[in-house]
This record gives sequence, structure tokens and C-alpha cells, in this order.
Amino acid sequence: MFAYYFELGLRSLRRNPVLTALMVMAIGFGVAASMTTYAVFRAVSGNPLPDKSGQLFVPQIDNWGPQSRKTGGDLPESLSYTDAMALMHAHKAVRQTAIYPVGFTLVPVDPSSQPFAVNGYAAYADFFAMFDVPFQYGSGWQGVDDDNRANVVVISNELNQKIFAGANSVGRGIQLDGRDYRIAGVVADWDPRPRFYDVNNGSGFGDAPDVFMPLTRAIDLQTETLGNNNCYGTTGQAPGWDGWLHSECAWISLWVELPDANAVARYQSYLEAYAADQQHAGRFHWVPNIRLSNLMQWLDREHVVPKETTVSLVLALGFLLVCLVNTIGLLLAKFMRRASEIGVRRALGASRRQIYTQFLTEAAVVGVAGGLLGLLLTAFGVLGISLVFEPEIARLARLNVSLVGFTLLVSVAATVVAAFYPTWRAARVQPAWQLKSN
Amino acid sequence: MSTHPILAALRRHKAGVILIALQIALTLAIVCNAIFIIGQRVDRVNRPTGIDEANLFVISQQWVGTPEDGAPDAVEKIDSLVRADLDTLRRLPGVESVAATNSLPLFNSSMINGITLTPDQKNSTLSATMFLGDEKLMSTLGVQLVAGRAFTAADVQHQGFRDDALPPSVIVSQAAAEKLFPNQSAVGKTIYSDTKGTTIIGVVKLLESSMVETFGNNSDYYTIIEPVRQDGNISRYVVKTRPGQQAAVMAAARTALFSANPERVIDEDRGIRSFAEIRHEAYRADRGMAILMAVVCLIMLCVTAAGIVGLTSFWVGQRHRQIGVRRALGARKVDILHYFQIENLMIAGGGVVVGVVLAVGLNLWLMSQYEMPRMPVIYVLIGMVALLALGQAAVFVPARRASRVSPIEATRAA
Repeated sequence: MFAYYFELGLRSLRRNPVLTALMVMAIGFGVAASMTTYAVFRAVSGNPLPDKSGQLFVPQIDNWGPQSRKTGGDLPESLSYTDAMALMHAHKAVRQTAIYPVGFTLVPVDPSSQPFAVNGYAAYADFFAMFDVPFQYGSGWQGVDDDNRANVVVISNELNQKIFAGANSVGRGIQLDGRDYRIAGVVADWDPRPRFYDVNNGSGFGDAPDVFMPLTRAIDLQTETLGNNNCYGTTGQAPGWDGWLHSECAWISLWVELPDANAVARYQSYLEAYAADQQHAGRFHWVPNIRLSNLMQWLDREHVVPKETTVSLVLALGFLLVCLVNTIGLLLAKFMRRASEIGVRRALGASRRQIYTQFLTEAAVVGVAGGLLGLLLTAFGVLGISLVFEPEIARLARLNVSLVGFTLLVSVAATVVAAFYPTWRAARVQPAWQLKSN
Repeated sequence: MSTHPILAALRRHKAGVILIALQIALTLAIVCNAIFIIGQRVDRVNRPTGIDEANLFVISQQWVGTPEDGAPDAVEKIDSLVRADLDTLRRLPGVESVAATNSLPLFNSSMINGITLTPDQKNSTLSATMFLGDEKLMSTLGVQLVAGRAFTAADVQHQGFRDDALPPSVIVSQAAAEKLFPNQSAVGKTIYSDTKGTTIIGVVKLLESSMVETFGNNSDYYTIIEPVRQDGNISRYVVKTRPGQQAAVMAAARTALFSANPERVIDEDRGIRSFAEIRHEAYRADRGMAILMAVVCLIMLCVTAAGIVGLTSFWVGQRHRQIGVRRALGARKVDILHYFQIENLMIAGGGVVVGVVLAVGLNLWLMSQYEMPRMPVIYVLIGMVALLALGQAAVFVPARRASRVSPIEATRAA
């Protein structure tokens, strides 16, 4: 029966090629506009670490006081060195790492190669276990390396390709800013998008890091942060590196791993107690104000999804809606034109349900055709994204199997939903009246 | 022509009428807001920077093997390297002017300080982008001095990257001067940043800040120039070339710098960039958004027009016999044409009224969610006129077909 309706549908669509083409194009364009935007949206707002995002938390501590928020603004998005170190030493979470972005000049052993710049992060040994970093060779450094302020690094697969031609380089040395470091491990391709652990220092979609090194060592070497350094109330700060370290400038990110709700509650109260201690010690002249956000809350708070994407998603959805209304109108015109055919079918014994099935099948055919057109246009749209958004984001938005499936599903579902009203009207056709008027 | 028969006929096609009106309303709401967004983007992209952008390019480079910041002689050592580089660049053929700087307008790398009028003021009067450069910076950029004097070589200091000492004299943008000292001359006045004071010796007409977007708002042109050569791990030079020689100088500069001193890193892609490229990149998202919106609007108007054509054609087909009867009773072709045109005007008019409400509603919602500004009435008016015109254009073809229906149709069975 379905095959028969399918054939009827095709025949009817062929009878009015212009109207059919209008419908298919309306659906195709509507779906393509929405899907293209959705592709960007999905690329930038996805969960970078789905298995663990609920267990990773970012603490924030108000070390500037309410005065700093008079002209808007929020708690400092990173910690001062003082607070970061206090939280690291307290060791109240299962795992914890302080992080800040660093950059070096790498001088290759081969004297004929030019030195080049490498970027990365100073962190603690827990970084690799916390964020499920996969390793090609070796592993992260050990906790004892943090304590010993050891000259070890973990390098990216890409850097390993560049300087060791992809060979197992664990135990070998590299020279950064004129100092030798031992390679403890080579990270397999790993670059979560957005780069959640560093969204406060940029869009979160930049190039992948090349090196990781112990933060304790980076501090010893007075390595400047490549990220933001936000200062408030630093009047009277001692000059130089030590003055900066002990100032209220906020520039270090801290991440903690808390496996369950109990651990979260305990950490929360620890933070409150810590801030209260600082108040008693006279460092904070205000009521303790702290916050603990999990990974997804943090991304949301940091507005990682570009505003452009959300606004255009809203408009693209509106566009899909217009195309849907348009389809309802055209299907109505199409179906009502066949009132006499419906009358005959009803008089010959077709039930309302059968009329429904027939016309919804016809609509689904339109939906599939619209979907195929939409798919083609979405492919063009995705190509066009690179004109519209930054290349870092554009290269994440690709046409893959799930997007293809979703595009088809949306167009068929949208058309069938749009067809309900016209079909309902068609099924209400009175057979007797139609037969008489002919 | 009386509108009564048209209204009576419309009542028999409620669903179709509502659908067309709804579609017009939605289209109006979205198109108005999209055009508003396009307008905003175009305004932003066209904002002047206050500098003479032609023939300008920037070199960003990192030193290799220089002493640590904080080492006793680090600043002096780097400063001599920087001065040597400036000399090297100045000697290149085709170079008009060279200056050391920490950043540039639209460069997306900035140092922002809170500025106060007294040393102990709690909340700063404004936040200004600080440009640190030598005495050649203003002439190289071509910024226009409107009061006071420009820097001389004697004003220029040099300091390390983390050294936040303020030089005794600064030059401020007119926007900053007016905000700090409304209705009076800023020249000779003292301003403070983090309790440290400095004297304003000059005012420039316009100078764009280096971050053009802060939370969706345009920058306020609050900029301050310090006569300081910043000697850190990263050095940046801005070069003005003679007309037509930019590409050649850009290529020659890399070679010249490396042959003078190879202990440096200049990134292949981003180390040397023309100002045109910097501007292109700074406004990339705005331009992209404008293009996306324009394409969406255009397609949407086409889809709406197609919908009107489709439904009107259906009505014309349905009413063949009635049209024939009217023609037989003496209606002229033009009467039939007008009938469909007025019918469309009434439907579109209803849609537009609803659309205005939706457009304003959508704008209010975007304002609350995405910090969009309020849409001026002109955009709604443009949208209204555009959609009414679109309706008339779309209805013309089926209406003309209707007007050609022969009176003989009246005698034929439906």
C-alpha cells in the first residue's frame, strides 16, 4: 500500500512541476541555512571531555573585593599565584593542577635549521591524568618532578614529528630558550575543542600546544605568562618578578578533580574556609566570596561560543520556520486543488486514515527531495563558513555522516509536520459535496 | 473599487490568507533584524583608525638567547639590539619611516590601563589602550596632532616588559582628553595610572585602540601614547614605505634583519604583516556576519515571494469561473488585475502589522540575550516597504494571468 501511495505522490508531484520545485527549494534552502549554522554551533559548543566533564572543576576566589566589581565584571577568572599555590599545597582534591600558558624559542640540534617559537603550558603532573591525555610514547612527568622542579617536558606529536621525525624521543633532550630539558613523553594527537583548560586566555580554538613543563620549574626560570595578567589594587607592589608573584595579579588557572557530590561539597567548604582565613589574616577586607564551576558551567561562564554563532543560529531557525510556513501554504494549495480526487477516493471507500497516509507520504517525498537539495546546499554552506568565521572555528565545522543524517531527518520531519494541517483539510473533504459539484 | 467583495472572498480562504500573512510577518521580523545587524557591521568595519593605513606594515619578532627579563643589563642589551634593527630597516630602499611600538590599532594585542584624575581616586575615569613607542611612532602612523606638541627623541625612555613605570609625558587621543577634561584643554594637565602621575603634552585627533570589540561594544577611541621603547623578549616595528614599494620592502626586511643579526625568530606567516591584512583580520567576523545575513535575507525574500506566487496562482486557478463571470458582466482586464493586487496589499498589510510587532519583539529579545543595541525605527520602515513591494511584485504574474481569463470561461463548467 505504501508503495502505491509513494507512486501516487510521485505522479502528483510531476503534475505540477513548478509548485513542486518551489516546495523543494523552500525546504532545501531553509534546511541548508539552519544546518550550516548548526554545524558551526555544534563545533564550538560541544563538550570537549564528555566522560569527565562532571568531575572537573574550576575554583574562583575573590581576591580583589567588591570594589573591583563596581563598574561591572565578575570574580577574577584566574587565581593569583599566592592562592593557586595555597590550593595546590592543600591538596584537598583527588587531583589538581595549576596551569598557565608559556612560550619558548626552540633551537634545533641540527645547526642548519632555524630556531622557531613553541607554545605550551606550565602545569603539574596531575594535568595528564585529569584530562585523560593520551600518550604516543612515554607518559607525563611524575609528582616528584614537580617537587624537584625538574627539567622535564612533554611534547606534542607534531613537535616530535618536526624534530625527531616521529621516532620515540622519550629520554632524549631538547633545548628551549637555551636550556636543556629531558623528554618524558610524547602526547598522541590531543587537542580538545574548545581547549577548555585555557579558555580564559583566548577563544579556546587556537593552535594546539607543543610543550608542557612543570609549573614549578617555569616559575623558577621566571617564565612570563603568555596569557592574560589581570591586576587590581596592585598599588605598592614590590618591583620585579618576586613583586609580581606576590601581588594580587590573577593569571593562573586552577583545575581540580572531584569524583562525587560529597567531594564537591567538601571542596566548596574548604574554599570558604580558605577565603575566611585570608580575611582573618587581613589580606581580604570583605566577606569570603568563592565559586566552584564544573567544566560545562565554566565554558558557559566564559562565553566560549561566539555571539555571532548564537545570533545566526536564532536567525537560521527563524528562516527554517518561514520555509515551513511557506511549505504549509503550498501543500495546502496543492492538496485542496485535488478536492475532487479526494472525493472520488472517499466515495470509493477510502477511509480518512488512508487519505492521511497517502498525503503524508506525498509530503515525505517532497521532504526527501528537499533534504537532498538541502544537503547539497549545506555542503556549499559549510565551504562558505571559512569566509564567515575565523579559520580555527571554520575547520571544525565539517559535513560528516551525522550531519548528513540530521539534515535529511530535519527536512523530512519538517515537511511531514508542515503537511499535517493541509492533510487534515484534505481528509475533511465531503465526498458527496465534491461529487455533486462535479 | 470597493474592498468589501475582496474581504468577503478572503473569508473563504482563511487558512491561505493567514499563512501568507504569517509568512510575511516572520520574514519582516527576521529581515529587519538581519539588515540591522548588517548595518551595524558595516558601520564598524568603516570606523576610521585615525592613522594613515596605506603603505604600512608591521614586523613582530622574538629574540633568541637574550638575557632573562630582570637580569641587570637585559634592558640595555635588548635596547641596543632594537636600535640596531631600527637602523637596519631605515636604511632599506623604499622605506619612508620606521618606529618601535608595542602594538597598533586593530592589532588585537593590547595593554589597557585605568586612568584617574587624582592619585587616590577609587574608580578610574576611563580605561585607555596604551601605545608604547618611540618619537617616530606618530609620524610613521600619520596621526594628526591637534593640540600641544609631539614627542622628541629626548622624551623617549626605554624600559623592560614588566616595568610599568610611567614616563613624565604622554599624548592622549581627543576622545580621552574630552572624557578626562570636558570643556577644557587637556594639555599640561596631570593624569594618573595606578597612583603614578604623568603630564599630557599633546592631543591627537583620532587613534583607534588595538582591541576593536569589547563585549559587542565599539571601542571609545580612548588611547594614550607613551614615549617608551619597550625592550622585552618580543620586539615590534612598524614601517611606512613609499607608495608601491610595500611588497618589495616586506620581502627585503626579513632578509636584512636576519643578515644583521640571526639570533631571532620571525614567524613565517604572521611575523610580517601589512596593515591591510591586520584590518582584514580584525573585522573578519563582522564582514562574514554581514555576508551571511545578506545571503539569508535574500534567499528568504525569494522564498516568501515564491510562496505568494504559488498561493495566488492556486486562487486564480480556483476562481477561473468567477473571473469569467465578472469579465462577462463588464469588468475590464485592469479591474481583475487590481482586484488581485488590492487583495495582496490587504493580506500583506495585515502581515506587515503583525511583522512589526514580531520584529520589535525579536530585537528586544536579542538585546536581552546578546547585548544587541535597540533597532532604530527606520529599519522597520524599510522592511515594511520592502515586503509590501515584494508582495506586489510577486502577485503581478498570477494577477496578470487572471486578467487574461476570457469572459467565455463563465459559460464553461468548472
